[in-house]
Amino acid sequence: MNIVIIDYGAGNTKSVQFACNRLGYDPILTNSSELIKAADKVIFPGVGHASNAMKMLQESGLDVLIPTLKQPVLGICLGMQLLCNATEEGATKGLGVFDVQVIRFSDKVKVPQMGWNTISNLKTNLFMGLKNNAYMYLVHSYYAELCDNTIAQTNYGVTYSSALKKNNFYGVQFHPEKSSLEGEDVLRNFLNL
Amino acid sequence: MLAKRIIPCLDIKNGRTVKGVNFINLIDAGDPVVLAKQYAEKGADELVFLDISATLEGRKTTLEMVLKVAEQVNIPFTVGGGISSVEDVDLLLKSGADKVSINSSAIKRPELINELSDKFGSQCVVVAIDAKQIDGQWKVHLAGGSIPTELDLFEWAKEVETRGAGEILFTSMDHDGTKDGFANEALLQLSTTLNIPIIASGGAGTIQHFVDTFQKGKSDAALAASVFHFGKIEIKDLKEALKKNNIEVRI
Repeated sequence: MNIVIIDYGAGNTKSVQFACNRLGYDPILTNSSELIKAADKVIFPGVGHASNAMKMLQESGLDVLIPTLKQPVLGICLGMQLLCNATEEGATKGLGVFDVQVIRFSDKVKVPQMGWNTISNLKTNLFMGLKNNAYMYLVHSYYAELCDNTIAQTNYGVTYSSALKKNNFYGVQFHPEKSSLEGEDVLRNFLNL
Repeated sequence: MLAKRIIPCLDIKNGRTVKGVNFINLIDAGDPVVLAKQYAEKGADELVFLDISATLEGRKTTLEMVLKVAEQVNIPFTVGGGISSVEDVDLLLKSGADKVSINSSAIKRPELINELSDKFGSQCVVVAIDAKQIDGQWKVHLAGGSIPTELDLFEWAKEVETRGAGEILFTSMDHDGTKDGFANEALLQLSTTLNIPIIASGGAGTIQHFVDTFQKGKSDAALAASVFHFGKIEIKDLKEALKKNNIEVRI
């Protein structure tokens, strides 16, 4: 299977690559539109500031390419947030795949949320074999609200979307590559779609 | 609910794990990659590696170690020690570290916190603070705790948060190595006056100490080394005890 991890300068690509390696897959890291288009599965990671990441996507033309992809795509963390309509972080316009806004946690909770929290109300094969309330590792200051695309939810002062799906696009706010065995299950499920 | 985190800390020198008692008398406690993998399997929530190598050669060894840990370990880890520039951090993150921890370099040049947070995001910037009480006042110390500064712990912690740190790792040097429990009063003050997560460090000796730091100190995470390295506390037992005390943990 031909797996591509989009490498556009704003991702923890190495960790995602290593996690795929541990599952027995050998993904390619690239920002080449041709290679991304030809892949069976596309992983779109991201960490850091939304507006910086979006700028880097625009520089390589990936902001236009990504929403047109037809194979299964998995956005991770900031990757998921960039697939949404817009994020409050730097008032950044997103790629508009998921019809939802990304907003900042209120100051009633510690920001960023950092650590292991549970995901519940699990839907779709992405979570096949996982128990409701499985723990996942999350690090984020902004969250996607609940919406029609929500396939997992988490509570941190507010209940929000910890995973989204629309057509061939999946997004997870947590880091499957850093979420122990349960995270590896999610990654394996995606690669087996 | 967000779980409280248990974080074994591995002090690294020239590619090997060591742990200082009161920061002196280093004892070797194993291969860091093997230890890291074991800890992940045993239920550690996160790992911290503190590189205490003084030489360039030693630091290169650490980068190789970081890569190996990232390859083999499926939980997040932080690397600290001797980091003083954006370039240092870039190398570590590219080798697969999830977060970096800075200490003395942030005291010497606080703008570093802003630079790192702007470039890589606050989520990967941990600021470690070593402090000790002098005449009843918590004073920040430099260079592994050996040099006192004029900085007040709570003022410095506030500044660190304002500059964009994602997390604070607070080590009480009065408690470190004593196995008498964490500095819960200071931790409580940090945790209630700041809006970023606080990791408690220094003083872990018994399971009850962990219960106390979460309940009394309101810490978000607790870090320890020798009690884990030498098997005095098993993480599984620790987490079960925490759960019995109604503390949210990942089991």
